[in-house]
Amino acid sequence: MGPIIPLFEISEEINLLIAFLIGLGFGFALEQAGFSSSRKLAGMFYGYDITVLKVFFTAAITAMLGLLFMNYLGMIDMSIVYVNDYFMSSAIIGGIIMGAGFIIGGFCPGTSVCAAAIGKIDAMYFIGGSLIGILLFGQTYPLWEKLHNAQHLGSLKLSDSIGVSDGILGLLVIAAAVVMFWVGEMAERRFKREDINNEI
Amino acid sequence: MEKTANKYMNPYLAGLMLGVVLLASFYLTGRGLGASGAMRSVVVSSVNTVSHDYAETSNYFSKYISGEKSPMKSWLVLEVLGVLVGGFISGAFSGRLNFKLEKSPKITSKKRIYLAIIGGALFGFGSQLGRGCTSGAALTGMATLSLAGYVTMMAIFGTAFALAYFFRKNWI
Repeated sequence: MGPIIPLFEISEEINLLIAFLIGLGFGFALEQAGFSSSRKLAGMFYGYDITVLKVFFTAAITAMLGLLFMNYLGMIDMSIVYVNDYFMSSAIIGGIIMGAGFIIGGFCPGTSVCAAAIGKIDAMYFIGGSLIGILLFGQTYPLWEKLHNAQHLGSLKLSDSIGVSDGILGLLVIAAAVVMFWVGEMAERRFKREDINNEI
Repeated sequence: MEKTANKYMNPYLAGLMLGVVLLASFYLTGRGLGASGAMRSVVVSSVNTVSHDYAETSNYFSKYISGEKSPMKSWLVLEVLGVLVGGFISGAFSGRLNFKLEKSPKITSKKRIYLAIIGGALFGFGSQLGRGCTSGAALTGMATLSLAGYVTMMAIFGTAFALAYFFRKNWI
Protein backbone atom coordinates (compact mmCIF):
# COMPACT_ATOMS: atom_id res chain seq x y z
CA MET A 1 0.00 0.00 0.00
CA GLY A 2 1.33 3.40 -0.93
CA PRO A 3 2.38 6.11 -0.46
CA ILE A 4 5.34 4.22 0.99
CA ILE A 5 7.33 6.90 2.80
CA PRO A 6 4.53 8.50 4.86
CA LEU A 7 3.02 5.10 5.75
CA PHE A 8 6.17 3.25 6.75
CA GLU A 9 8.93 4.63 8.88
CA ILE A 10 11.48 5.36 6.22
CA SER A 11 14.71 7.03 7.32
CA GLU A 12 15.50 10.59 6.28
CA GLU A 13 18.58 9.42 4.31
CA ILE A 14 16.56 6.97 2.21
CA ASN A 15 13.90 9.62 1.68
CA LEU A 16 16.48 12.07 0.34
CA LEU A 17 18.04 9.37 -1.83
CA ILE A 18 14.62 8.69 -3.35
CA ALA A 19 14.21 12.43 -3.94
CA PHE A 20 17.47 12.44 -5.88
CA LEU A 21 16.51 9.37 -7.93
CA ILE A 22 13.08 10.78 -8.81
CA GLY A 23 14.77 14.02 -9.83
CA LEU A 24 17.15 12.04 -12.00
CA GLY A 25 14.20 10.53 -13.90
CA PHE A 26 12.49 13.92 -14.06
CA GLY A 27 15.55 15.66 -15.53
CA PHE A 28 16.26 12.83 -17.95
CA ALA A 29 12.68 12.84 -19.27
CA LEU A 30 12.60 16.64 -19.64
CA GLU A 31 15.89 16.71 -21.55
CA GLN A 32 14.96 13.80 -23.82
CA ALA A 33 11.71 15.61 -24.65
CA GLY A 34 13.67 18.69 -25.73
CA PHE A 35 12.62 20.88 -22.80
CA SER A 36 16.25 21.94 -22.55
CA SER A 37 15.75 24.31 -25.49
CA SER A 38 14.04 27.67 -24.99
CA ARG A 39 13.19 28.03 -28.68
CA LYS A 40 11.58 24.60 -28.66
CA LEU A 41 9.53 25.51 -25.59
CA ALA A 42 8.54 28.85 -27.11
CA GLY A 43 7.43 27.02 -30.27
CA MET A 44 4.30 26.13 -28.34
CA PHE A 45 3.10 29.73 -28.47
CA TYR A 46 3.81 30.26 -32.19
CA GLY A 47 2.67 26.83 -33.36
CA TYR A 48 5.92 25.67 -34.98
CA ASP A 49 6.62 23.10 -32.27
CA ILE A 50 3.95 21.93 -29.83
CA THR A 51 6.13 19.45 -27.95
CA VAL A 52 5.20 21.18 -24.69
CA LEU A 53 1.51 20.38 -25.14
CA LYS A 54 2.18 16.76 -26.10
CA VAL A 55 4.62 16.01 -23.30
CA PHE A 56 2.79 17.96 -20.62
CA PHE A 57 -0.65 16.47 -21.21
CA THR A 58 0.63 12.93 -21.84
CA ALA A 59 2.50 13.10 -18.53
CA ALA A 60 -0.45 14.55 -16.60
CA ILE A 61 -2.81 11.92 -18.04
CA THR A 62 -0.39 9.04 -17.38
CA ALA A 63 -0.01 10.01 -13.72
CA MET A 64 -3.73 10.79 -13.37
CA LEU A 65 -4.75 7.38 -14.76
CA GLY A 66 -2.11 5.68 -12.64
CA LEU A 67 -3.50 7.31 -9.50
CA LEU A 68 -7.11 6.51 -10.44
CA PHE A 69 -6.29 2.84 -11.05
CA MET A 70 -4.05 2.51 -7.99
CA ASN A 71 -6.85 3.98 -5.90
CA TYR A 72 -9.40 1.63 -7.47
CA LEU A 73 -7.16 -1.38 -6.81
CA GLY A 74 -6.48 -0.28 -3.24
CA MET A 75 -2.78 0.24 -3.90
CA ILE A 76 -2.60 3.80 -2.62
CA ASP A 77 -4.27 5.69 0.20
CA MET A 78 -5.45 8.82 -1.60
CA SER A 79 -6.29 10.52 1.70
CA ILE A 80 -2.53 10.94 2.28
CA VAL A 81 -1.73 12.06 -1.27
CA TYR A 82 -1.30 15.81 -1.35
CA VAL A 83 -3.92 17.71 -3.35
CA ASN A 84 -2.86 21.30 -3.99
CA ASP A 85 -4.43 23.87 -1.70
CA TYR A 86 -6.52 26.29 -3.72
CA PHE A 87 -6.27 30.01 -3.06
CA MET A 88 -8.22 31.43 -5.98
CA SER A 89 -6.79 34.94 -6.39
CA SER A 90 -3.16 34.05 -5.86
CA ALA A 91 -3.40 30.99 -8.14
CA ILE A 92 -4.78 33.13 -10.98
CA ILE A 93 -2.56 36.18 -10.49
CA GLY A 94 0.52 34.05 -9.78
CA GLY A 95 -0.24 32.03 -12.92
CA ILE A 96 -0.56 35.19 -15.03
CA ILE A 97 2.81 36.48 -13.78
CA MET A 98 4.39 33.07 -14.47
CA GLY A 99 2.89 33.03 -17.98
CA ALA A 100 4.50 36.41 -18.71
CA GLY A 101 7.78 35.06 -17.36
CA PHE A 102 7.47 32.03 -19.63
CA ILE A 103 7.05 33.96 -22.89
CA ILE A 104 9.67 36.56 -21.96
CA GLY A 105 12.29 34.24 -20.49
CA GLY A 106 11.61 31.07 -22.46
CA PHE A 107 11.73 28.63 -19.55
CA CYS A 108 9.99 27.61 -16.37
CA PRO A 109 11.97 26.70 -13.23
CA GLY A 110 12.21 22.94 -13.89
CA THR A 111 13.12 23.27 -17.56
CA SER A 112 15.70 25.97 -16.80
CA VAL A 113 17.57 23.63 -14.45
CA CYS A 114 17.49 20.85 -17.04
CA ALA A 115 18.69 23.22 -19.80
CA ALA A 116 21.46 24.69 -17.65
CA ALA A 117 22.65 21.12 -17.02
CA ILE A 118 23.55 20.71 -20.70
CA GLY A 119 25.18 24.12 -20.96
CA LYS A 120 22.39 26.49 -22.08
CA ILE A 121 23.59 29.95 -21.11
CA ASP A 122 20.16 31.57 -21.41
CA ALA A 123 18.90 29.03 -18.85
CA MET A 124 21.64 29.97 -16.39
CA TYR A 125 20.58 33.61 -16.53
CA PHE A 126 16.96 32.55 -16.18
CA ILE A 127 17.81 30.69 -12.95
CA GLY A 128 19.62 33.79 -11.67
CA GLY A 129 16.52 35.84 -12.49
CA SER A 130 14.28 33.34 -10.70
CA LEU A 131 16.32 33.62 -7.51
CA ILE A 132 16.07 37.42 -7.74
CA GLY A 133 12.29 37.17 -8.22
CA ILE A 134 11.88 34.88 -5.22
CA LEU A 135 14.06 37.13 -3.07
CA LEU A 136 12.02 40.12 -4.18
CA PHE A 137 8.78 38.37 -3.26
CA GLY A 138 10.11 37.49 0.17
CA GLN A 139 11.39 41.03 0.78
CA THR A 140 8.10 42.64 -0.20
CA TYR A 141 5.87 39.95 1.31
CA PRO A 142 3.89 42.30 3.59
CA LEU A 143 2.54 43.94 0.41
CA TRP A 144 1.22 40.63 -0.96
CA GLU A 145 0.38 38.76 2.22
CA LYS A 146 -3.34 39.52 2.03
CA LEU A 147 -3.59 38.55 -1.64
CA HIS A 148 -1.48 35.43 -1.05
CA ASN A 149 -3.91 34.12 1.57
CA ALA A 150 -7.21 35.39 0.15
CA GLN A 151 -10.08 33.17 -1.01
CA HIS A 152 -8.79 29.96 0.50
CA LEU A 153 -10.96 27.11 -0.77
CA GLY A 154 -8.88 24.21 0.55
CA SER A 155 -7.76 21.09 -1.29
CA LEU A 156 -10.59 21.34 -3.78
CA LYS A 157 -10.81 18.90 -6.67
CA LEU A 158 -12.02 19.96 -10.10
CA SER A 159 -14.27 16.89 -10.22
CA ASP A 160 -16.04 17.92 -7.00
CA SER A 161 -16.36 21.54 -8.02
CA ILE A 162 -18.14 20.67 -11.29
CA GLY A 163 -20.01 17.75 -9.71
CA VAL A 164 -18.74 14.76 -11.68
CA SER A 165 -16.90 11.63 -10.53
CA ASP A 166 -13.11 11.46 -10.78
CA GLY A 167 -13.43 8.81 -13.52
CA ILE A 168 -15.69 10.95 -15.68
CA LEU A 169 -13.39 13.95 -15.26
CA GLY A 170 -10.45 11.74 -16.24
CA LEU A 171 -12.28 10.78 -19.41
CA LEU A 172 -13.06 14.45 -20.16
CA VAL A 173 -9.40 15.42 -19.67
CA ILE A 174 -8.31 12.67 -22.08
CA ALA A 175 -10.92 13.73 -24.65
CA ALA A 176 -9.80 17.37 -24.37
CA ALA A 177 -6.15 16.33 -24.75
CA VAL A 178 -6.88 14.29 -27.89
CA VAL A 179 -8.64 17.28 -29.47
CA MET A 180 -5.74 19.56 -28.51
CA PHE A 181 -3.18 17.11 -29.89
CA TRP A 182 -5.11 16.99 -33.17
CA VAL A 183 -5.39 20.79 -33.43
CA GLY A 184 -1.77 21.17 -32.33
CA GLU A 185 -0.46 18.77 -34.96
CA MET A 186 -2.37 20.74 -37.61
CA ALA A 187 -0.80 23.93 -36.28
CA GLU A 188 2.66 22.35 -36.44
CA ARG A 189 2.19 21.70 -40.16
CA ARG A 190 0.72 25.10 -40.84
CA PHE A 191 3.24 27.19 -38.88
CA LYS A 192 6.21 24.98 -39.68
CA ARG A 193 9.59 26.76 -39.43
CA GLU A 194 12.25 24.54 -40.91
CA ASP A 195 14.94 27.09 -40.09
CA ILE A 196 14.13 27.04 -36.38
CA ASN A 197 13.42 23.31 -36.24
CA ASN A 198 16.82 22.58 -37.76
CA GLU A 199 18.53 24.78 -35.24
CA ILE A 200 16.98 23.46 -32.02
CA MET B 1 13.88 17.73 -41.21
CA GLU B 2 14.33 13.95 -40.84
CA LYS B 3 17.41 14.54 -38.73
CA THR B 4 15.50 16.88 -36.43
CA ALA B 5 12.62 14.45 -36.05
CA ASN B 6 14.99 11.81 -34.71
CA LYS B 7 16.95 14.15 -32.50
CA TYR B 8 14.67 14.22 -29.49
CA MET B 9 12.55 11.45 -28.12
CA ASN B 10 9.04 11.10 -29.49
CA PRO B 11 7.10 13.67 -27.39
CA TYR B 12 4.28 11.30 -26.48
CA LEU B 13 6.82 8.71 -25.33
CA ALA B 14 8.74 11.34 -23.36
CA GLY B 15 5.44 12.42 -21.81
CA LEU B 16 4.72 8.82 -20.81
CA MET B 17 8.16 8.60 -19.21
CA LEU B 18 7.61 11.85 -17.32
CA GLY B 19 4.18 10.63 -16.22
CA VAL B 20 5.65 7.40 -14.86
CA VAL B 21 8.25 9.39 -12.89
CA LEU B 22 5.46 11.60 -11.49
CA LEU B 23 3.38 8.54 -10.58
CA ALA B 24 6.38 6.95 -8.87
CA SER B 25 6.77 10.13 -6.83
CA PHE B 26 3.12 9.94 -5.71
CA TYR B 27 3.38 6.24 -4.90
CA LEU B 28 6.60 6.61 -2.93
CA THR B 29 6.15 9.96 -1.22
CA GLY B 30 2.50 11.00 -1.54
CA ARG B 31 3.54 14.18 -3.35
CA GLY B 32 4.38 15.04 -6.92
CA LEU B 33 7.28 16.89 -8.49
CA GLY B 34 8.54 20.42 -7.93
CA ALA B 35 11.17 22.93 -8.93
CA SER B 36 10.49 26.46 -7.66
CA GLY B 37 10.36 25.21 -4.06
CA ALA B 38 14.02 24.19 -4.32
CA MET B 39 14.91 27.61 -5.72
CA ARG B 40 13.20 29.17 -2.71
CA SER B 41 15.35 26.97 -0.46
CA VAL B 42 18.44 28.42 -2.13
CA VAL B 43 17.19 31.95 -1.50
CA VAL B 44 16.12 31.24 2.11
CA SER B 45 19.43 29.55 2.82
CA SER B 46 21.40 32.47 1.36
CA VAL B 47 19.42 35.05 3.31
CA ASN B 48 19.82 32.96 6.45
CA THR B 49 23.59 32.75 5.94
CA VAL B 50 23.98 36.48 5.38
CA SER B 51 21.88 37.35 8.41
CA HIS B 52 20.09 34.78 10.51
CA ASP B 53 18.37 37.44 12.60
CA TYR B 54 17.04 39.14 9.52
CA ALA B 55 15.72 35.86 8.07
CA GLU B 56 13.93 35.16 11.35
CA THR B 57 12.13 38.49 11.24
CA SER B 58 11.02 38.15 7.62
CA ASN B 59 7.35 37.14 7.48
CA TYR B 60 7.96 34.96 4.46
CA PHE B 61 11.44 33.46 4.82
CA SER B 62 10.96 32.62 8.50
CA LYS B 63 8.26 30.10 7.51
CA TYR B 64 10.94 28.01 5.85
CA ILE B 65 13.54 28.04 8.60
CA SER B 66 13.05 25.27 11.14
CA GLY B 67 15.53 25.16 13.98
CA GLU B 68 18.95 23.78 13.21
CA LYS B 69 18.01 21.96 10.01
CA SER B 70 19.44 23.56 6.90
CA PRO B 71 16.80 24.53 4.31
CA MET B 72 19.16 22.96 1.73
CA LYS B 73 18.68 19.50 3.20
CA SER B 74 15.15 19.12 1.92
CA TRP B 75 13.34 16.72 -0.38
CA LEU B 76 12.87 19.27 -3.16
CA VAL B 77 16.49 20.41 -3.14
CA LEU B 78 17.70 16.83 -3.56
CA GLU B 79 15.09 16.26 -6.26
CA VAL B 80 16.23 19.31 -8.22
CA LEU B 81 19.88 18.23 -7.87
CA GLY B 82 18.65 15.00 -9.45
CA VAL B 83 17.11 17.03 -12.31
CA LEU B 84 20.47 18.67 -12.90
CA VAL B 85 22.29 15.33 -13.04
CA GLY B 86 19.50 13.59 -14.99
CA GLY B 87 19.46 16.39 -17.57
CA PHE B 88 23.23 16.17 -17.88
CA ILE B 89 23.17 12.38 -18.38
CA SER B 90 20.48 12.73 -21.04
CA GLY B 91 22.44 15.49 -22.79
CA ALA B 92 25.62 13.40 -22.71
CA PHE B 93 23.71 10.36 -23.94
CA SER B 94 22.27 12.27 -26.91
CA GLY B 95 25.34 14.37 -27.68
CA ARG B 96 23.82 17.71 -26.71
CA LEU B 97 26.37 18.98 -24.20
CA ASN B 98 27.72 22.38 -25.21
CA PHE B 99 27.62 25.97 -24.09
CA LYS B 100 25.05 27.80 -26.14
CA LEU B 101 22.91 30.90 -25.86
CA GLU B 102 19.66 30.19 -27.64
CA LYS B 103 17.84 33.10 -29.29
CA SER B 104 16.24 34.34 -32.45
CA PRO B 105 18.80 35.76 -34.93
CA LYS B 106 16.73 38.97 -34.84
CA ILE B 107 17.91 39.92 -31.34
CA THR B 108 21.33 40.40 -29.79
CA SER B 109 22.81 38.09 -27.17
CA LYS B 110 22.71 40.93 -24.69
CA LYS B 111 18.98 41.38 -25.19
CA ARG B 112 18.40 37.64 -24.81
CA ILE B 113 20.25 37.70 -21.50
CA TYR B 114 18.17 40.62 -20.20
CA LEU B 115 14.99 38.87 -21.26
CA ALA B 116 16.07 35.63 -19.57
CA ILE B 117 16.72 37.48 -16.31
CA ILE B 118 13.45 39.44 -16.45
CA GLY B 119 11.46 36.34 -17.41
CA GLY B 120 13.12 34.35 -14.65
CA ALA B 121 12.38 37.05 -12.10
CA LEU B 122 8.71 37.12 -13.10
CA PHE B 123 8.47 33.34 -12.99
CA GLY B 124 10.22 33.20 -9.62
CA PHE B 125 7.96 35.88 -8.17
CA GLY B 126 4.78 34.34 -9.63
CA SER B 127 5.68 30.88 -8.37
CA GLN B 128 5.78 32.16 -4.79
CA LEU B 129 2.50 34.01 -5.10
CA GLY B 130 0.84 31.09 -6.88
CA ARG B 131 2.32 28.40 -4.57
CA GLY B 132 4.26 26.45 -7.16
CA CYS B 133 5.30 26.51 -10.79
CA THR B 134 4.57 24.45 -13.89
CA SER B 135 5.84 21.30 -12.13
CA GLY B 136 4.54 21.61 -8.58
CA ALA B 137 1.31 23.49 -9.18
CA ALA B 138 0.24 22.76 -12.77
CA LEU B 139 1.51 19.26 -13.71
CA THR B 140 1.32 17.70 -10.24
CA GLY B 141 -1.99 19.41 -9.50
CA MET B 142 -3.54 18.21 -12.74
CA ALA B 143 -2.61 14.58 -11.99
CA THR B 144 -4.50 14.72 -8.67
CA LEU B 145 -7.40 16.49 -10.41
CA SER B 146 -6.94 19.51 -8.15
CA LEU B 147 -8.75 22.66 -9.18
CA ALA B 148 -5.66 24.70 -8.28
CA GLY B 149 -3.64 22.67 -10.81
CA TYR B 150 -6.02 23.30 -13.69
CA VAL B 151 -6.47 26.99 -12.86
CA THR B 152 -2.71 27.57 -12.59
CA MET B 153 -2.06 25.69 -15.84
CA MET B 154 -4.66 27.74 -17.70
CA ALA B 155 -3.37 31.01 -16.25
CA ILE B 156 0.23 30.23 -17.24
CA PHE B 157 -0.43 29.00 -20.76
CA GLY B 158 -3.28 31.44 -21.43
CA THR B 159 -1.08 34.41 -20.53
CA ALA B 160 1.87 33.14 -22.54
CA PHE B 161 -0.40 32.74 -25.60
CA ALA B 162 -1.96 36.16 -25.07
CA LEU B 163 1.44 37.86 -24.88
CA ALA B 164 3.13 35.78 -27.61
CA TYR B 165 2.42 38.31 -30.34
CA PHE B 166 4.20 41.12 -28.47
CA PHE B 167 7.34 39.06 -27.91
CA ARG B 168 7.46 37.31 -31.31
CA LYS B 169 10.67 39.00 -32.39
CA ASN B 170 12.52 37.30 -29.57
CA TRP B 171 11.64 33.84 -30.75
CA ILE B 172 10.69 33.69 -34.45
